Amino acid sequence: MLINGVNRLACKVLIKDLKQPIKIEPIRGLKVEKDLVVDMEPFFAQYRKVLPFLVNDEPAPERERLQSPEERARFDDTTKCILCAACTTSCPVYWSDDEYHGPAAIVNAHRFIFDSRDRAAHERLEILGDAEGAFKCRTTFNCTDACPRGIHVTRAIQEVKQAILFEKL
Amino acid sequence: MTQYHTYDSVIIGAGGAGLRAALESSKRVRTAVITKLYPTRSHTGAAQGGMCAALANVEEDNWEWHAYDTIKGGDFLSDQDAVEIMCREAIDAVLDLERMGLPFNRTPDGKIDQRRFGGHTRNHGEAPVKRAAYAADRTGHMILQTLFQQCVKQGVEFFDEYYVLDLILSEDRVAGLVAIQLATGELHVFHTKTVLFATGGYGRVFKVTSNAHALTGDGPGVVLRRGLPLEDMEFFQFHPTGIYGIGILLSEAARGEGGIIRNANGERFMERYAPTIKDLAPRDMVSRAIYFEIKEGRGAGPNKDYVYLHVDHLDPKVVEEKLPDITEFARIYLNVEPLKEGVPIQPTAHYAMGGIPTNVDAQVIQDASNTPVTGLYAAGECACVSVHGANRLGTNSLLDIVVFGRRAGIGMAEEAQHLDLAPLPEHPEADVERMLTDLTERTRLETIGAIRGELQQSMDDNCGVFRTEDTLRAQTNKIVELQDRYKRAGIQDKSRAYNTDLLEGVELGFLLDIAQVMVAGARARTESRGGHYRGDFEARDDVNWMKHSLAWKINGDTKLDYKPVTVTNYQPTERKY
Repeated sequence: MLINGVNRLACKVLIKDLKQPIKIEPIRGLKVEKDLVVDMEPFFAQYRKVLPFLVNDEPAPERERLQSPEERARFDDTTKCILCAACTTSCPVYWSDDEYHGPAAIVNAHRFIFDSRDRAAHERLEILGDAEGAFKCRTTFNCTDACPRGIHVTRAIQEVKQAILFEKL
Repeated sequence: MTQYHTYDSVIIGAGGAGLRAALESSKRVRTAVITKLYPTRSHTGAAQGGMCAALANVEEDNWEWHAYDTIKGGDFLSDQDAVEIMCREAIDAVLDLERMGLPFNRTPDGKIDQRRFGGHTRNHGEAPVKRAAYAADRTGHMILQTLFQQCVKQGVEFFDEYYVLDLILSEDRVAGLVAIQLATGELHVFHTKTVLFATGGYGRVFKVTSNAHALTGDGPGVVLRRGLPLEDMEFFQFHPTGIYGIGILLSEAARGEGGIIRNANGERFMERYAPTIKDLAPRDMVSRAIYFEIKEGRGAGPNKDYVYLHVDHLDPKVVEEKLPDITEFARIYLNVEPLKEGVPIQPTAHYAMGGIPTNVDAQVIQDASNTPVTGLYAAGECACVSVHGANRLGTNSLLDIVVFGRRAGIGMAEEAQHLDLAPLPEHPEADVERMLTDLTERTRLETIGAIRGELQQSMDDNCGVFRTEDTLRAQTNKIVELQDRYKRAGIQDKSRAYNTDLLEGVELGFLLDIAQVMVAGARARTESRGGHYRGDFEARDDVNWMKHSLAWKINGDTKLDYKPVTVTNYQPTERKY
């Protein structure tokens, strides 16, 4: 929800740290259903578009697929996402254009694009390279400020933009 | 207007067990997942430390040692056949999750990394072993995300924010269930051949708990009201490292990475209680040790009612990298800097070992002879297989949900393929309508919040880490009083859409039922075992009490029966660490 004008999780904010009186509002950019409740479906619809799951049709090895600690670290930051929508609903681009995939969808695409075990980076980059994709981002950093998990959201979006331009993973 | 739906299988709950089951069931038959929350809000996401499996990626290990630790950790109340299945299937369960994309931490040579965890040992108790596969300190979050991602990939059908209020049994088998759609207040009847309860725990019966607000025992509550028993309800786990005052959990991973607990005098007191594995002793023992330290005046703070968890002697890099959530929690909620000082902790109500009784195929059983109920399944914390016995070992909950969630999903789908739909009664939602009308329309002489507050406080006081006949008798009477007052409690919000007032009213009803059978079981069990500690019966009594309890609620009263523990290889021994 919006707490004193900023997207935050109520479970992580202490009242003593806030300016009184505290103003709480529903998150922006999604239709309000009642009180603080919004319709989350458009948010999840954008999430589902970016193939937010591991794609690898190669025969699975008998044990685990190997991945070095460095390869694992490459996408660690974006695995923290809890799909709370704080980033997407703090994004001015998303407020004015709900067709924009939005930061959360890009973060979840990033999590797989840079996973050495995944094989669908190219398809995701095509999706995010379209008119409603990563290049809509105006780097206002609202998303990074809003993320309760401390994910460097804007940086993840920039990395996706670079990958679209240079396919350098 | 009530809406009707027809499915082959319906899964209630979208945490680890429900989602793992959905991946199996939806491949085979038409499946719906009904969930009170958005799936990604499920409590599986809060599990931090890891998931044990004898992968032997880091050091020698085998599943039989894991099984022994689980049985010993469970104070010999676990059904040993079920434990063997879980620990054997653990290895494939972890590898399956890896193949689904779960980002486990890795060893330098690229394998899944493993670390130590409480109660997990090498060669039957010799020394701690590195058995827990993990993803930083958000293993549960990654399991939930990975399973949800796979459900999206597979197109699993979800009913988000639908709250199941009743199970319909007809001709002694499952016919369907009744749910309320929170967005509209409308009732929905699901006509189905098989049902899986995967609704999680009921820690909200206590005040200081690590459990989220949603964990009110709805699944076991519905089952109990339909005349079926619950198993081993007296066994509840109190986790030693809850944040002082609020109960939010600091993962056992903190001790797995070398964290230690000290009392007000700075003494590492676990050296006295468990000389071999010290701070990595099972949770019930550490919680009890903390209880006694505080009781004997060695607690810290103005009220001498907490002890300290220290990670300030560890490499700050390890703490920040491997325990980031834990450090963040300490900073936010206590304004304590864990890299420099001890973090105030107290035991917190954490995990229900008891629940809906099932066999190893996750089929719900209805009596002491283990007769299954056709079409009915349960898995995860709401179920009691029983793999955890009287005390669950750390990481075994994540293992339980994926192993038995998978078995439940396969089992319910295969059974559904061989069943016709059972006929629905004339007006299947009648009982639910009556319950909701009662809550909505009666004059509000009592408030839901006040009754819930008194229930939780009194459960902490009388049915917590330390119990006696006196405290349990007092609590029995308290619950009778609260149930009576609940009949006069009403709600303020009469609207249909997202009526959280109504939701909390219904949840309180389930909490009261759960508390009743929990206290009855605890009062009857005149021994101490695992999470159930009786100050007036301090020893374990294998002659009279090595048995599971079954509790029914019949015409308002609790009826208890017992069934034997399945023993395969391990005779009970004294539990020393």
